[in-house]
Amino acid sequence: MSAEQQERAVRCLVAKVGLDGHDRGAHVIARAFRDAGFEVVYSGLHRAPDDIVQAAVQEDVDVLGISILSGAHNTLVPKVIEGLKEYDAFDDTLVLVGGIIPDEDEAELKELGVAEVFGPGTPMEETIEFIRNNVPERA
Amino acid sequence: MAGPDAPAFADAPTLSDADAALVEDLLSGSHRALARVITKIENRSPGYRAIVSALHEHTGGADVIGVTGSPGAGKSTLVDKLAAAYRDRGDTVGVIAVDPSSPYTGGAVLGDRIRMGSNVGDMDVFFRSMSARGQLGGLSTATADAVKALDAFGKDVVVLETVGAGQNEVDVVRTADTVAVLVQPGSGDDVQTLKAGILEIGDVFVVNKADMDGAQRTVAELEEMVHRREGGTTGRDAGHHGAASMASTGAGGHGEGDHTADHGDGATDAESGGADAHGDGADDSWTPEVLETVANTGEGVDALIEAFDAHAAYLRESGEFAATERRRYAEEIRTLVRADVGALATAEIERRGGIDRLAERVRDRETDPYAVAEAIVGPIADCVEGATGDGERDD
Repeated sequence: MSAEQQERAVRCLVAKVGLDGHDRGAHVIARAFRDAGFEVVYSGLHRAPDDIVQAAVQEDVDVLGISILSGAHNTLVPKVIEGLKEYDAFDDTLVLVGGIIPDEDEAELKELGVAEVFGPGTPMEETIEFIRNNVPERA
Repeated sequence: MAGPDAPAFADAPTLSDADAALVEDLLSGSHRALARVITKIENRSPGYRAIVSALHEHTGGADVIGVTGSPGAGKSTLVDKLAAAYRDRGDTVGVIAVDPSSPYTGGAVLGDRIRMGSNVGDMDVFFRSMSARGQLGGLSTATADAVKALDAFGKDVVVLETVGAGQNEVDVVRTADTVAVLVQPGSGDDVQTLKAGILEIGDVFVVNKADMDGAQRTVAELEEMVHRREGGTTGRDAGHHGAASMASTGAGGHGEGDHTADHGDGATDAESGGADAHGDGADDSWTPEVLETVANTGEGVDALIEAFDAHAAYLRESGEFAATERRRYAEEIRTLVRADVGALATAEIERRGGIDRLAERVRDRETDPYAVAEAIVGPIADCVEGATGDGERDD
């Protein structure tokens, strides 16, 4: 009806879950996403899975990137995904995991619904490209 | 598709079935629906106008508080503590935190959420980060619409947080009922810079980090400035009073007796800072309070909330609330109309080969800017005059 321009932007939540105080990687990712033109919400350190779910739902992010370097991904990631489902937010959120994830766990995470796992040394462009190509189409 | 016959005064935009369901879900308390509606508002998604239209009748229940101040003044931390304090007394809270975005990439890091430590896991604090997205003057429309969504959702208090650095941001906080301006201690120069634009919009001034050196001095400087504003600035004050008296006569006519019949003095005069000014004869305009807080520890937050409540009570009892609302909606209508007419003009420019081609023709001295503007706006003006016919409707 009006000729108003749409102003869609990709929104991401960069999240640190659990007792893992290493957030340099998360910071670097957040900046790279910003420079790619994304809107980035950073969760801060030591968040519980519920806090991450709350942030993802309220901020209505397209992409949830979880950074875990502590090895607790097998307990934490499923809780986040359960929470997203509870709020009916799982289907159109692209869930990514970054960090040190053993291969056999990677398969399991993907089984759960994680779209991709990015290990150490992944070029930033690869992650950004992946998001651009896979960001959920929303009505 | 804005055809040439698209009337300027169309009915409310129609809601698609999916959007109607979304509105329904929002009104029945779905957080997901609320979040999605705000996204649509931010994105200017097709249909967002119909959604906001549908929500409008459900708004008006929330107290809207604006918090502004220079970067590093402690806005986010204070908002966090405010939200927690409101929650303690049983109110539900919505927060919209606006951060700037890069003018080059459009990207942004929205960092205010990190400070919301007191409210993590509490879904009754709905916190939403918004970026400025380089919208020309559209930011205040988007935030005002997002506030409406939170209001319609049923939040008792909505806090709007923004960096006080420019007209865009000032426009944003002006959509709040009560505006708190945050200042850091020891920033004498800061207080000076506040004069331009921000000082005038503050209903409450907060010296945050009041445990730091120089806090008392900053408080004193602000006090002085607030009182100078009361006394000296006749020009602005006149406008203020004009609007207020207009409102009170208007209110009388509509028989809003319930406001005036209240036990008037009790609520407003309870506050220390404002009390002496309220005594100033018959003039019952609001004198901004200057308060101290230490957001880190939560010190002074309860007093700040009391000041917000006192201001809200003042607005209601003086009839100023109606005037403020009227002013705000007038501004909203103007902004929307300006944007829509601008969009019509932009479409017309496209039809004529685009702005670059027109500029090139001006450069070649084939035509001039005034002639081009006339050629573009003329047909629109003709339509408007044709449609209104009897002409008298314009203001």
